[in-house]
Amino acid sequence: MSLDKATVRAIAELARIEVKDEELDHLAGELSNILTFVEQLSEVNTDGVAPMTSVADITAPMRADVVNDGGYPDKVLANAPEAAEGFFTVPKVVE
Amino acid sequence: MAYIIQGDTGDWEIVIGLEVHAQVISKAKLFSGAATEFGAEPNTQVSFIDAGFPGMLPVINEICVEQAVRTGLGLKARINLTSVFARKNYFYADLPQGYQISQYDQPIVGEGELILDLPDGGTRTVGIERLHLEQDAGKSIHDMHPAKSFIDLNRSGVALMEIVSKPDLRSPEEAGLYLTKLRSILRYLETCDGNMQEGSMRCDANVSVRPVGSTELRDRCEIKNVNSIRFVQQAIEFEARRHIDVYENGGTIKQETRLFDSVKGETRSMRSKENAHDYRYFPDPDLLPLVIEQSFVDSIKAGLPELPDDKKARFMAEYGLNAYDAGVLVAEKASAEFFETVAKGRDSKMACNWVMGDFFAALNATGKTIENPPVTAADLGALIDLIKDGTLSGRLAKDVFALMVETGKAPAALVEERGLKQVTDTGAIEAAVDAVIAANADKVQQVKDGKTTLLGWFTGQVMKSTQGKANPAMVNEMLSKKILG
Repeated sequence: MSLDKATVRAIAELARIEVKDEELDHLAGELSNILTFVEQLSEVNTDGVAPMTSVADITAPMRADVVNDGGYPDKVLANAPEAAEGFFTVPKVVE
Repeated sequence: MAYIIQGDTGDWEIVIGLEVHAQVISKAKLFSGAATEFGAEPNTQVSFIDAGFPGMLPVINEICVEQAVRTGLGLKARINLTSVFARKNYFYADLPQGYQISQYDQPIVGEGELILDLPDGGTRTVGIERLHLEQDAGKSIHDMHPAKSFIDLNRSGVALMEIVSKPDLRSPEEAGLYLTKLRSILRYLETCDGNMQEGSMRCDANVSVRPVGSTELRDRCEIKNVNSIRFVQQAIEFEARRHIDVYENGGTIKQETRLFDSVKGETRSMRSKENAHDYRYFPDPDLLPLVIEQSFVDSIKAGLPELPDDKKARFMAEYGLNAYDAGVLVAEKASAEFFETVAKGRDSKMACNWVMGDFFAALNATGKTIENPPVTAADLGALIDLIKDGTLSGRLAKDVFALMVETGKAPAALVEERGLKQVTDTGAIEAAVDAVIAANADKVQQVKDGKTTLLGWFTGQVMKSTQGKANPAMVNEMLSKKILG
């Protein structure tokens, strides 16, 4: 499978990664190589085999409905680039 | 009840599907142990998981799973014993993980149905496509600073049920009925409080139009996060009209996300969502598939309360109510319970009339709720007993009811205190009747000459002279005996 430049640009945009135009060709090549490599997996016949979502044959454990976390706004905000009055603050995003 | 919009080129119908986000009632969040309570100080109910800190692992809250299954069963839906959580990827300031944990192609609840109670007493069944569990995002507040948005993550990670209808709705009115009924079911099940103002129930409406008679599905627009039933209806009405105008002017509608402006009563494009539809869903590698046992589902099923549809059918069969009255009474669990307390061992039609009439009017007038009513069910029942045993006439009962609302006192006490007891003493009534007859000899003659409709006027005079306390049946009987012989 090969990706064109427009697709690479769209992927970068969705991932919020800035990519210069002159880098697009190179990245398209690299990403295409990765996809081609992984595509080899489709050579294996998996008819009638349920998709494996985990290597461990266990199901999701559950937690009880108990409040035992939170209550530390200072820690939550400790790494915020900007905060005010207990809120994170960001450049205005509104419609 | 077809809802048709007349255009310049012909008649159009609307195709509507609703996505409702219902906040699950639970103490802790879907994947963390932080609290869910509404209205706390900002960022005080946030764990490192909810804040998207690196290395934190989500573990699902069992009660949230139970609530989703319970809701599914209430919608007569298929429960999927295996379901899978997926990441829905998008960037937004109030989504710290950069993705929402949701369910994609394997939701916990599959197809079900919901029955609309139409105003004419009829019903219509609407398909439910699916119900899945997902995390809520945080809250952005835009009016605290001229250049900044403030982010509170208290809501981040709270469990939501997204309930998706099939595109079966055909009018703004039906959309309103759907939301009303869904809210009623959620409240009966106690899986969501249904409070649209606080945002614990939010609605996205998918709207398209097509010429009447056509079965095609044209491109739809999604109107996001409308926070009242009335606004949903207005938004749909506006949006349908907009589509018709575009088509009739030779244009095309492209699929997009729109916003409802409740002040202007119109929808507009959300440009920020233009490229946002590519969510790149994939199974969340932090979470194993959710597998539940049939026995878990069965035990939830065994504990389901009587739901509105069943209660409505029972009210019609047991109390002889019509479909409309039964539908109104069962819409809220509390009003159904109130009615049953009043009706127990009494004339059920009379109980229904009093609850739906004077009592609901008093609720509105006083602004009180059925949980904290202006008149208790026991007192209203006692009032009906007083009518039945002849202590009160219907007219006096209304006066007593007004006093009950005003004072909160029991009816028997008010009757005693204010001397409102109906007079059934033959002698006293006879005296009043004789007095009225003696004072109106001319009218007596008119009745004797055949103008018997005047008898009603005599009854009125007697009731007036006894301050409404005479038993009207006895008055009538006595009048016609004395005048007509």
